[in-house]
Amino acid sequence: MIKLDKVSKKFGTGTFGLLDVSFLIEKGEFVFLVGSTGAGKTTIFKLLIRDTLPTEGNVVVNDWDIVHLPKNKVSTLRKKVGFVFQDLKLLFDRTIFENVALPLEVAGLKTKDTLKTVEDVLTQVGLLDHKDKFPIQLSGGELQRAAIARALVLSPEILLADEPTGNLDAATSWEIVKLLSDINKKGTTVVMATHNADIVKSLGKRVIHIEKGKIVDDESSSAKATEGQGEKENHHAHKESHVADNVQNEKKEETKDKKEEDKE
Amino acid sequence: MSFTKTAWKNIRRSPYQALAAISIMTLTFLAISFFTFLLVGSSKVINYFESKPQVTAFFKNEAKQDDINTLGDQLKATGKVASIKFVSKDDALKIYKEQNKDDPLLLDLVTADVLPSSFEISTIKIEDLSGVSNTLSKSALVSEVVYQKDVVSTLSAWTSAIRKLGITLIVLLSLVSIFIMVTIIGIKISQKKEDIEIMKLIGATNWYIRWPFMFEGIVYGVVGSIIGWTIATAGLLYATPFLESFLKGIPVLPVSYLQLLILLGLEALLAAFLGIVSSYLAVLRYLK
Repeated sequence: MIKLDKVSKKFGTGTFGLLDVSFLIEKGEFVFLVGSTGAGKTTIFKLLIRDTLPTEGNVVVNDWDIVHLPKNKVSTLRKKVGFVFQDLKLLFDRTIFENVALPLEVAGLKTKDTLKTVEDVLTQVGLLDHKDKFPIQLSGGELQRAAIARALVLSPEILLADEPTGNLDAATSWEIVKLLSDINKKGTTVVMATHNADIVKSLGKRVIHIEKGKIVDDESSSAKATEGQGEKENHHAHKESHVADNVQNEKKEETKDKKEEDKE
Repeated sequence: MSFTKTAWKNIRRSPYQALAAISIMTLTFLAISFFTFLLVGSSKVINYFESKPQVTAFFKNEAKQDDINTLGDQLKATGKVASIKFVSKDDALKIYKEQNKDDPLLLDLVTADVLPSSFEISTIKIEDLSGVSNTLSKSALVSEVVYQKDVVSTLSAWTSAIRKLGITLIVLLSLVSIFIMVTIIGIKISQKKEDIEIMKLIGATNWYIRWPFMFEGIVYGVVGSIIGWTIATAGLLYATPFLESFLKGIPVLPVSYLQLLILLGLEALLAAFLGIVSSYLAVLRYLK
C-alpha cells in the first residue's frame, strides 16, 4: 500500500517539485505514473524509498511512515521496495549474476544460499543464459531485465519502475511491460513511470498523470465502476480512455478494482 | 566474510596506495619501537645506578680499623644512611681480580697493599647524598670520595630529553599517518562513490558500506606495525653484542623475547586503533 497525503516537495532553488500531491495505491495494483520530463515522477519514487523527504505532507509505504522513519530503518525499507532505476544503476565491474545477487549480499545472505534465488529470478526475466556476462555485453532490453531482476530478488511487495522502457524500441518495450504485468499478477504492487502513451493506453490500467508537480488526472480502469459515486478524495478525475484490444484483461481488472473500491 | 574479500580486492587493485599507507605506518612504528627500546634501556641504566652504593669513600693507607668503625657508627647515627658496607683491602683485591680475570698481566701487578679499603654507602634519600659525602670528605681518614649523583642526574636529564623527543616524534608521525590514511581511503571511497550510492539505494546499511574501508585501514596499520617492529627488533638483536660490551656490567641486555612480543602486541593494537580512526574519519568525510 502506498499513500501520499498532501505531499509537497520544495527544492533548494525555491521551485516546487511536487505540490499538494495525494493518492492511494492499494496492494496488488498496477499503476502508471505519466507526465512529461521534470513533472515529478522520479521525485515521487525518491520519496517512496526515502531518498528524499517531503517538505510537507505524509508518505506511507506498507505501513511505514516515511517522514518519521528512523534513519536506521531506511535500509530495511529499501529491501522491501524493489526499484528499477531510470539509469538502471547496474555495477559494471560485476557480472549479471553478481549484480542481481547484490541485494541479497547487502541483506547479509551468504553467496551459496543465494544461488537458487538468483537463478530463479534470472529465469523469470529470461536472462539465465547471460548470467555470467558483464553489463557491457548485453543489449538495452536485457540490461533493463537485469535491473528488474535485481529489484525482484528480495521478493518485494512493491516494485517501482522508473521509465523502464525509456530507451527501448517498441517491441522490447512491450516485453518489459509484459514482464512487469506478469510480476503484478503474482501479487506485487507495480508502479511504473513512463511517457509511452501507447503502452499506457493499451494496458488499460490506472493512470496517475502529473504535470509540473501536480496531479492533473487520476484515471483508472475502474472509472465505470465509480461513475456516479462522485469524486473520491484521492481520485481527482476519471476518464474513459480504454482501448478495446484489452477487453479481457480489462474485465478482470475491473472486477478486481471494484473489489478494491468497495474496500475503500 | 564478504567485507574481508571486498577490502582485499580494494588493496590489490591499488597497490601503490596500499604501499604508501603501509610505508607511513611502518615508519611510525619503527620510531615507536626504537624509542621504546631507548627509553626502557635508559631507565634500566638509571635504576642500576640508583640501586648501586651511591657514595664510595676510599680510606688512606694509615687509617686504623677502629677509627673507621667509629666513623661508620657516626654515620649510622645520623639516620640518613640506608646501608654501609666496609670493603677491606683483601675484598678490594678480590673484586679487582674478578673484574680483570681475563688479563693475567694486570693481575700480577696488583697486590692487596696497593688497593685502598673503602665504605660503600647508600642513603635513604637521594638529597642526603651531598651531606654524607661532605662529612666523609672532612674526615682525616678519607683520601677520596666518589659519589654517583652526577651520573644519575645526567642520565635522568638525558632520559627525559629522549622521552620528550620520542613522544613528540611519535605523535607527529601518528598524525601524519592518520592524515595520509584518511587521504588514501578517501580516494578509494571517491572512486567507488557510484557503487556505494547504488548499494545504499538497494538497502545497504551504513555499516555494510563502512566495514570494508575500516578493515582496510586496520590491515594497513597492522601490517605497517609488524614491519616496523620487525626492522627495529632485528636492529636491536644485531646490535646486542656491541651494546653489551658498551654497557659493561649493567644488566640491560639481552631483552627477553616475551617482552618483545608484548611490545609487538601493543603496537598492533595501537596500529589497529590508528587504522580505525583514520578510516572512520575518511568515511565521515566522504560518505555522507
